Amino acid sequence: MVYPPKVAKEPPLLERGPIAWVRRNLLSSPYNIAFTILGLAILYMIIPPFVKWAIIDANFVGHSKADCTGNGACWVFVKEKLNMFFFGFYPHDQIWRPELVIASAAALGAFAKFVRGLHPFKLLLIVLFPIYAFVLLHGGSFGLPMVETSKWGGLLLTLVIASVGIVLSFPIGIILALGRQSKLPIIKSLSVFYIEFVRGVPLITVLFMASVVLPLFFPEGVNFDKLARALIGITLFEAAYVAENIRSGFQAIPKGQYEAADALGLSYWQKMALVILPQAIKVTIPNLVGTFISLFKDTSLVMIIGLFDLLAMVTVTANDRDWLGMDTEGYVFVAFVFWVFTFSMSLYSKRLEKKLDTNNK
Amino acid sequence: MPAFLRNEKVRGILYQIITIALFIAFLFFVAQNTAHNIEQRGIKTGFDFLHATAGFDITESPIPYTPMDTHLKVFEVGLLNTLIVSFWGIVFSSLLGLLIGVWRLSPNWLINRIAAAYIETFRNIPVLLQILFWYNVVLATLPSTRQSINLFDTVFINNRGFFMPEFVFGPGAWMIGAALFLAVVAIYLISRWAKKRQEKTGEQFPVFLTGLILLILLPLLAYFLAGRPITAVMPELHGFNFRGGKTYTPEFLALLFALSIYTATFIAEAIRSGIEAVPKGQKEAATSLGLSPLQQLRLVVLPQAVRIAIPSIINQYLNLIKNSSLAAAIGYPELVTIFAGTSLNQTGQALEILLITMLTYLMISLIVSLILNWFNAKMKIKER
Amino acid sequence: MKRLLKLSAVTALATATLAMAGTLEDVQKAGVLKCGVNTGLPGFSEADSKGQWRGLDVDYCRALAAVVLGDATKVKYVPLNAKERFTALQSGEIDVLSRNTTNTETRDTSLGINFTGVMYYDGQGFMVPRALGVKSAKELDGATVCIQAGTTTELNLADYFRSNNMKFKAITFDTNDQVTKAFASGRCDVLTTDASGLYATRTKLKDPDKYVVLPEIISKEPLAPAVRQGDDQWFDIAKWTRNALLTAEEKGVAMANVDEAAAKSTDPEVRRLLSVEGKMCENLKLPKGCFANAIKQVGNYGEIFERNVGVKTPLKIERGLNALWNKGGIQYSPPFR
Repeated sequence: MVYPPKVAKEPPLLERGPIAWVRRNLLSSPYNIAFTILGLAILYMIIPPFVKWAIIDANFVGHSKADCTGNGACWVFVKEKLNMFFFGFYPHDQIWRPELVIASAAALGAFAKFVRGLHPFKLLLIVLFPIYAFVLLHGGSFGLPMVETSKWGGLLLTLVIASVGIVLSFPIGIILALGRQSKLPIIKSLSVFYIEFVRGVPLITVLFMASVVLPLFFPEGVNFDKLARALIGITLFEAAYVAENIRSGFQAIPKGQYEAADALGLSYWQKMALVILPQAIKVTIPNLVGTFISLFKDTSLVMIIGLFDLLAMVTVTANDRDWLGMDTEGYVFVAFVFWVFTFSMSLYSKRLEKKLDTNNK
Repeated sequence: MPAFLRNEKVRGILYQIITIALFIAFLFFVAQNTAHNIEQRGIKTGFDFLHATAGFDITESPIPYTPMDTHLKVFEVGLLNTLIVSFWGIVFSSLLGLLIGVWRLSPNWLINRIAAAYIETFRNIPVLLQILFWYNVVLATLPSTRQSINLFDTVFINNRGFFMPEFVFGPGAWMIGAALFLAVVAIYLISRWAKKRQEKTGEQFPVFLTGLILLILLPLLAYFLAGRPITAVMPELHGFNFRGGKTYTPEFLALLFALSIYTATFIAEAIRSGIEAVPKGQKEAATSLGLSPLQQLRLVVLPQAVRIAIPSIINQYLNLIKNSSLAAAIGYPELVTIFAGTSLNQTGQALEILLITMLTYLMISLIVSLILNWFNAKMKIKER
Repeated sequence: MKRLLKLSAVTALATATLAMAGTLEDVQKAGVLKCGVNTGLPGFSEADSKGQWRGLDVDYCRALAAVVLGDATKVKYVPLNAKERFTALQSGEIDVLSRNTTNTETRDTSLGINFTGVMYYDGQGFMVPRALGVKSAKELDGATVCIQAGTTTELNLADYFRSNNMKFKAITFDTNDQVTKAFASGRCDVLTTDASGLYATRTKLKDPDKYVVLPEIISKEPLAPAVRQGDDQWFDIAKWTRNALLTAEEKGVAMANVDEAAAKSTDPEVRRLLSVEGKMCENLKLPKGCFANAIKQVGNYGEIFERNVGVKTPLKIERGLNALWNKGGIQYSPPFR
């Protein structure tokens, strides 16, 4: 006699599957139902009008304001001014230069990811890249016509400020953090004073200081251009925040690590460079990324001292007589660009956080 | 390496001497250059300008101000405006942040996602952009004065701001304040009594409800007893503008909205991580003690969550105060706009003015961190 | 190492010049004139969509570059807002400030700068929407006024309303663009700035005809380029560049006929102006024919005026005070002798 195996029953519809999910997550109690209705109401108030404005009623084709006939957004404006948004007043015929720099940066990033570890060639490339980027962007040599920094603008300027700020504030921040950890009272108090002073004032006052007062601090005739001054201001400002991040990393290092390093007879610098710093930085990477995200957002402040970053370009272009009243489209576009950058940075930091978390267990 | 350099102590002292020498040399270098440059270029220095007549008008001021006042007065007005917008920003961002933070933890998937979307959207957009958006897009497109949005003839909204009735306290208004004070004292006494009784008999007393009733009823009673001493002055259209009542300018509102919405995302995150940081075992233990969900939240989860969340929330308040300086972009007359802006322009004494401004912010930061330290000390788990 | 290289890149941005002693030598050595201009004021200084600067203030920079370097295109424009303008000049970031700046006693004496001759005689005025029905500034009691921070107009405004016993509410912004935007959106009833600025701003509004400029002029605003104090030679060059443009107009020497005038003119002043006779340029340590270069490449004062702000431009400004002294105005150049 053969007993055919019984066909397994379908799982009960109300325990699993989408319906059960909806019941459990949206309709489990009268409270929950009320919240769901509230949520739907909020979505109904925001999403349909926005979609209507941004897509359904929007205008995408054309070359001037006159082509925007619908009631929705006039994306023609963004399309026409895209070059301005991305490169500011960078000469039209030279735009291949920033494009090349950005492409090379992407290629370098991919290459760095591909070649693992500290390959000397990779290090050399990373060290040479800023020089390469500067020469290409600024010109004035190798037969490239000079493009003064006052003509740099838009997203290009935002990226230049953010990347220079990140790259320079990092080492300064490490030195400050080491100073704050130091047992030597003078070095320690100087570091503490600097860090707390900078963290106690708004960035905008530091930028004013850099743009208006800094020239007085240098001997006659030594002159930094406006961009360089803004870079100095932003770097010195963010370094204090980086220092605090790294200090919190130091605090997460077990005392045994210091003692073990001492027991091995390592000098102070060996101990810090080979044992403590690598661990501290690793622990604090998510925080550091957080600081770099705020640095990226903070770059928009250079607008107030008269540099033409991405945000400032909207103000400039929306004041163009042919495009009056296009602020909304411009702001939404810039918000989107900033959001893409910062959100992907925070995703990256979350992923790192998870990865580091498992490593420690 | 000479022998004495191998001694760690000696080396430490040497490093410090080098550092301090470099530092002093740097200061000397800067000071000398500055002095030389200022002298060479014939730039005025010193703090006399603080007592010179400012000569310009300020859009809004909580204290009486005329163009005949001095730059010192300008500083005061700017500082007060900074504090006012920061105060309201802290109030609104806390309320909004609490709401979003709680939503973020809601078991309801939809609400939870909406809160997450709110946080991820507004946290990742520069606050300066948000300020400009509110100012140039939302508030600037409101109707003009004559076409104001009229809410029951009491509140008028147009592109010059929000015009609301202002309450004027007549004689006898002190009685309302006294009643309010009385209510607070009564609530305190009742809660103490209720606690004692609960400890003795285990019976609970509805403190919250009684408190609420007292808080509303007593001042209301006093209001009628004193013969309605509060009158509202309504805004009225006069010539170019509304007069009377209280005006909230678009500059103030744009700054307030943007700061509140931006800072609320961080507060919501702090609240969420505070509550999530409370170990699950605590909730389970509370359940096994038979506490209701509300009691669990109030007696077990919140006290622990607050200890974790408050320091970062206070840091966010500090950020909000510092971010209020971005008003420079839209002309709300706070410290940076009028003192480090207009006064600086008119006097040309950038060094002095920026120093004063930075030190002022530094003082505010110090006070806030003192509060934070006090809180941390108070909230420290007392181990017995 | 990386940091070091980065730093050296930054120092490469820093241009080391010896500011005080010889601005002229610096400019000649650099081969470019650094000129501070307004970030955007139609007719005076404005970058078009290709980043090309135009305007009356810009043309002064070009003329000066032509005088000093022989080439009007060798100018580096540094756009400045009101707040930065004086420090930029003091610190040597720019060689000359040509940014609709009013010459006042305080500025001249306490900011370490010197004003050269007046390029544009201006005065402060008011603009209102036509729909408001206001005919005179005296009717502005209680009005909300949009204004740019850090300007002389801000101070004049307070004085004017006080002396006429009127109340007002000032809304102050950092840049001209912000002021314009606020005025256009109806944030304020009145916009006040130099009259030229009013006309310039009007061209930026959506419907210029809906706005009127009120007849009252409440102040004197002589707009003049400025140079650093303490370099007399450079001050002289800046001053005589302006004078040359005026003299050229007075004598009828224009862009098109410079060469002809140099060859044929018998007027001794024209001959001196164009370096046919005398040592005008050499006295300023400049190459022969320096002023002729400016006139040839930029034009005389009249041409500059008409091209940028004159009646045929969107600004539609009459010569008025800025006509030559012998044509009913007060523009006047000391003689080239």
